[in-house]
Amino acid sequence: MSTPLTAKDYATTQEVRWCPGCGDYAVLKAVQTLLAKVGADKANTVFVSGIGCAARFPYYVDTYGFHTIHGRAPAVATGVKLANPDLDVWVVTGDGDGLSIGASHLMHALRRNVGLKILLFNNEIYGLTKGQYSPTSRVGTRSPSSPGGSVDAPVSPGQYVMGCGAKFYARAIDTDKVNMAHVLEQAHEFNGASLTEIYQNCIVYNEDVFASFTDRDDAAQTQLHLRHGKPMLFGENNDKGIRFNPDSWSLEVVDATASPDEVLVHDEANPVLARLLIDLHVPVALGVIYRQPAQRFEDAFYGHHPSAMKRSKSVAEFIRGPNPWTVK
Amino acid sequence: MSISSDVNSIVVRFAGDSGDGMQLMGSQFAVSTALAGADFSTFPDYPAEIRAPAGSLFGVSAYQINLGTGPITTAGDAPDVLVAFNPAALKVSLPLLRKGALLIVNADSFTQRNLVKAGYESDPRDGNELDDFQVVSADISRLNQEAVSPFGLSKSEGGRCKNFWALGVLLWMFDFELDPVEDWIKRRLADHPTLRDANITALRAGHTYAEAAELSASLSQLHIEPAEMPTGDYRTITGAEAMALGLAAAGELAERKLLFCSYPITPASPLLHRLSRLGETGVGTFQAEDEIAAICAAIGASYAGMIGVTSSSGPGIALKTEAMGLAISAELPLVIVNWQRGGPSTGLPTKTEQSDLYQAVYGRNADTPIPVIAAATVSDCFDMAIEAVRIALRHMTPVILLADGYLSNAAEPWRIPDLGSLAKIEHNPAPAPSAGVTPQRQAFTRDARTHGRPWIPPGTAGLMHRVGGLEKDIETGHISYDPANHRRMTELRRAKVESVSAFVPDQGVELGDSKGELVLVGWGSTYGPLYQAARQTGASLVHLRHLHPLPGNLAELLAGFDKVLVPEMNTGQLSTLLRDKLGVQPVSFSKVSGQPFLISELVERINEERAA
Repeated sequence: MSTPLTAKDYATTQEVRWCPGCGDYAVLKAVQTLLAKVGADKANTVFVSGIGCAARFPYYVDTYGFHTIHGRAPAVATGVKLANPDLDVWVVTGDGDGLSIGASHLMHALRRNVGLKILLFNNEIYGLTKGQYSPTSRVGTRSPSSPGGSVDAPVSPGQYVMGCGAKFYARAIDTDKVNMAHVLEQAHEFNGASLTEIYQNCIVYNEDVFASFTDRDDAAQTQLHLRHGKPMLFGENNDKGIRFNPDSWSLEVVDATASPDEVLVHDEANPVLARLLIDLHVPVALGVIYRQPAQRFEDAFYGHHPSAMKRSKSVAEFIRGPNPWTVK
Repeated sequence: MSISSDVNSIVVRFAGDSGDGMQLMGSQFAVSTALAGADFSTFPDYPAEIRAPAGSLFGVSAYQINLGTGPITTAGDAPDVLVAFNPAALKVSLPLLRKGALLIVNADSFTQRNLVKAGYESDPRDGNELDDFQVVSADISRLNQEAVSPFGLSKSEGGRCKNFWALGVLLWMFDFELDPVEDWIKRRLADHPTLRDANITALRAGHTYAEAAELSASLSQLHIEPAEMPTGDYRTITGAEAMALGLAAAGELAERKLLFCSYPITPASPLLHRLSRLGETGVGTFQAEDEIAAICAAIGASYAGMIGVTSSSGPGIALKTEAMGLAISAELPLVIVNWQRGGPSTGLPTKTEQSDLYQAVYGRNADTPIPVIAAATVSDCFDMAIEAVRIALRHMTPVILLADGYLSNAAEPWRIPDLGSLAKIEHNPAPAPSAGVTPQRQAFTRDARTHGRPWIPPGTAGLMHRVGGLEKDIETGHISYDPANHRRMTELRRAKVESVSAFVPDQGVELGDSKGELVLVGWGSTYGPLYQAARQTGASLVHLRHLHPLPGNLAELLAGFDKVLVPEMNTGQLSTLLRDKLGVQPVSFSKVSGQPFLISELVERINEERAA
């Protein structure tokens, strides 16, 4: 037995060029750690990215990697998967790349359920182009392109991906090593398109935009860590829970000690619950919010293809057409 | 009737409403022509509207075929026979006809209402407008309805058989067999026995009607002698079919699978449809969500070891251009087929033009050279598809293959090639992992002659490396913003495309002497009319298939002529290219009507240029 693999075994020699303190470092480390944990075959693993800070990711992972163009990584990765469904293909994107210029490709990869592990780095800002507001920026975000504050309403990544027909949606916080490791492992195991939204702190252009729920001191009060089949509890000593309010059709906080029977139990396969959880703001729902296995696109594609993409006949068998004739 | 019964070439045009089945009637007539051994060329000319209002001028759909003993290389300048299913079809077609042409019109459609829709104040058959023509006015609708009445079809279902009734008349006129058409109906309508029998009955009824001399006062039978064509097996083929078979054959010759990624657009979609029926040859088709996704998925497939191909028409190609840059930067093989149409913007979706040459050669951001080749004829679509894949794999580069709307739909006889006689397609194989060299460097160690790097798909053990759209060091393959390196990489990309010409045979003349007074230089689907015009005038013809880079000897070849005349269906794009790349000063002859060149207008221009 050789020495156990570590994150370092999946690092390239390339100097990482993110800003010191960027949340991307933590995600990179978490992914490399996961690859080591599952013993990922480097030759069989591919990272595909678009454009943005996060899109540098492939250069730092010692597997195959393709840094493509803005917003199109899901489309390129779909082609990779159709050409070789056995590859373990990751897509690294951000709120600008994946929800603005490439939102359509993200939609189609999700609805088709292409077997891609999609990591959506959400920092609610355009980092690489120096700080303009993004489609997830909150109204009033001051930026070089919105000095008086942005006026357009943000998109909810969770509601968007659910609307696209995603079969797996999870959330993690960049600096929360333990929970991110769990979420990444679930996302990696999922046999279909998994989308993991990572709240990623841009220390230069949007620092502390998620601080209201990522601050460790208040985490117990502001974070709800979901586990399938477990009651939705949070707070010091799990004294709070989440219940359904049938009058407002929304979720609300309940005293778990006083009313334990009212606390909801997480069901990852329930899409209605997933949508309610996505809209919960205090606490913020983290972990696997929705998971509903379905046939992968590449499997359907090969299954439907007359010869499973094998060359079972020569072109010579088709070249003559229905009515050939001979000139003597 | 002024048509001689000894026919070298005769042009027939079918015209009717876009719902009248003109394209079907025309293509079946083409199959019959082929099986009679005649040479032919077709031109489907249909509107952008799927079912335009019945009887309208803009809804006229037509199918033209030129047939005879050959060689036939165009669909013909002026029809000798017109079958018009309504007044609008007559009105639209009249200006095209040769004087003395035979008109077969559907008398039942000449109602007051249809005349008004076609803009006729009175029935043209009553005035002197048709005096130059021989008019046969037959009650096609009524006779067809009578023939199919036993089948109990609705009036509209029965009415839809009338194209076969009329085809029956034409088959009698040309002494063609009914069997191939009947066999086709039987196959096509196997699941609809009533419709099948009704259509066959209509076909036979039209044939019998003509044969029984009910039209004998006006019609005579023509006999077309088989064309003198090289011996071999032939079939009828359209450009889209030929391209599909060519791409599939290229996959076989390269021993690679091929993934075709495309988004529907006129007139490119027939290629997607054709390829989607060739799955067993190792071809996959992926209908992407948009043009950009289509090329990106093709790039992803190429990256992962299949031959990635995408196809579109001008507007879609414009959307793909950023991704072409990615394929250049990542040094991946890719084939981009452009079925050109009239533009700008949505332009003339169903009409042909060859106005995307600038776009192909010059139309991207930055210094991003791509080899550009073009198919000259329907049959040539097969050969050029193979050539495009050959270049892409040899040089690890995207290749643009230009075709156009005319080639996509037109049909002609095709001598079926022997696949075994075609050269295998080589690629740059992955090297063995080396202890002393990083895989990143190995992945970008290029062949000295082709500048192609090895093709190393993910899944290859020991050669993990990264590719992308950022500039990379010419040797290590790592990201590099070094100024001198960028210059070297830019020069490398240019040298790579220029290196294609080392593999291109010398350009010759298609017709005529290799030096002299006047040479026609063409490219793409104008081959047919240029060939005939050169033949009729004795001018020489040079027809280019490799447009970027141009064949190495082209400057020398053209220097042997006093005048270089470049007819194009654009405003002079090849002329510009020849000036730019070779410094020659051609005379441009431009046509931008959405219609192919007529032989007569080319002959006239050649004579003018000679007289000047």
